[in-house]
Amino acid sequence: MIQNLFRLLAILVSIVLAGAAHAHGFQVGELKIGHPHARAMLPGAKVGGGYLTITNNGSADRLLSVKADRAASAQLHEMKMDGGIMVMRELKDGIAVPANATVELKPGGYHVMFMNVSQPFQEGEMIKATLTFEKAGTVEVEFVVGPAAGGAAEMKHDDHAAHAEGGK
Amino acid sequence: MTVRNPAAIAFAGISALFVAILIGVMAWVGIDSPRTGRFDASFSLVDDRGNPVDQSMFKGSPSLVYFGYTHCPEVCPTTLFEVAGYLKELGEEGMPLKTYFFSVDPERDTPEVMHGYVTAFTDRITGVTGTPAEIRKVIDGWRVHAAKLPGADGDYHMSHTMSLLLIGADGRLKGLLPYGADQDQALEKIRDTLL
Repeated sequence: MIQNLFRLLAILVSIVLAGAAHAHGFQVGELKIGHPHARAMLPGAKVGGGYLTITNNGSADRLLSVKADRAASAQLHEMKMDGGIMVMRELKDGIAVPANATVELKPGGYHVMFMNVSQPFQEGEMIKATLTFEKAGTVEVEFVVGPAAGGAAEMKHDDHAAHAEGGK
Repeated sequence: MTVRNPAAIAFAGISALFVAILIGVMAWVGIDSPRTGRFDASFSLVDDRGNPVDQSMFKGSPSLVYFGYTHCPEVCPTTLFEVAGYLKELGEEGMPLKTYFFSVDPERDTPEVMHGYVTAFTDRITGVTGTPAEIRKVIDGWRVHAAKLPGADGDYHMSHTMSLLLIGADGRLKGLLPYGADQDQALEKIRDTLL
């Protein structure tokens, strides 16, 4: 009986933690911004990559720009690997978010490029940023800074949970 | 062969054209991939501690050579972390290996910037930078790709070869490790070709 109670408690705790893990998200209009995260920057590095997921439950929109106090500017980029060559392209017109679709900004594809960052992002920090969408308007988000070694996209759920309270 | 058969002439012409196209394609493909032979350029650059280095750095010890830049948010740190991982895994066995990170963006990557950057991964990576003209000799010498892509407000980004060059102690390219290579396969290739 007591064992069963413990088991139930363990299940409840894990549900709460799992909930917290997904709590790091933001919403503006019909757009859900999932788990913005960045990679810790190395000493001497002036740029940092930012990643997130945009789930659009409404009509077509467009991510136009990103601003962050910690970076002199932020651009939207598309990285492409073309025959073993890395090509980075700035997306001046932003990133289209089609109706009822999910767009991922992730390593190896679309990403936010924080430029001229004076204080390198450190693991565990939260980087405040403002996303501007063509129709939905602006939304304040926070990027969780993961390890410099990358693998940020596959961050363990424990990591999410640890930072979840910052996500509000 | 006194008979002038128009069909034979036409056939010879077509064959010649075909061979010419084939040679053209081979040359074009050859230009696009890093040099497999000997590196025969001379250059004069500096390492991340400010010491002068030249073409002799590719001889005497096998080396892992990467071309990248510090304003690179993703592929460069990922690759250098992987390289640090290889060196750690190889341990004693990997001691003869040298590791060089050449900046394809020497205008922004000063020796100081390079030093702070490379030492964040491991104490075994040597950063190399210098004047754009001297760096270009190394890029062209290994036939890797690096180009500046202008961005907004006078800013720019670099496109560059993502593969890690495996260079033998004889100064010849022994192989390439593609970006995102599996660690076990990468270690096997390094052992097979360099150790």
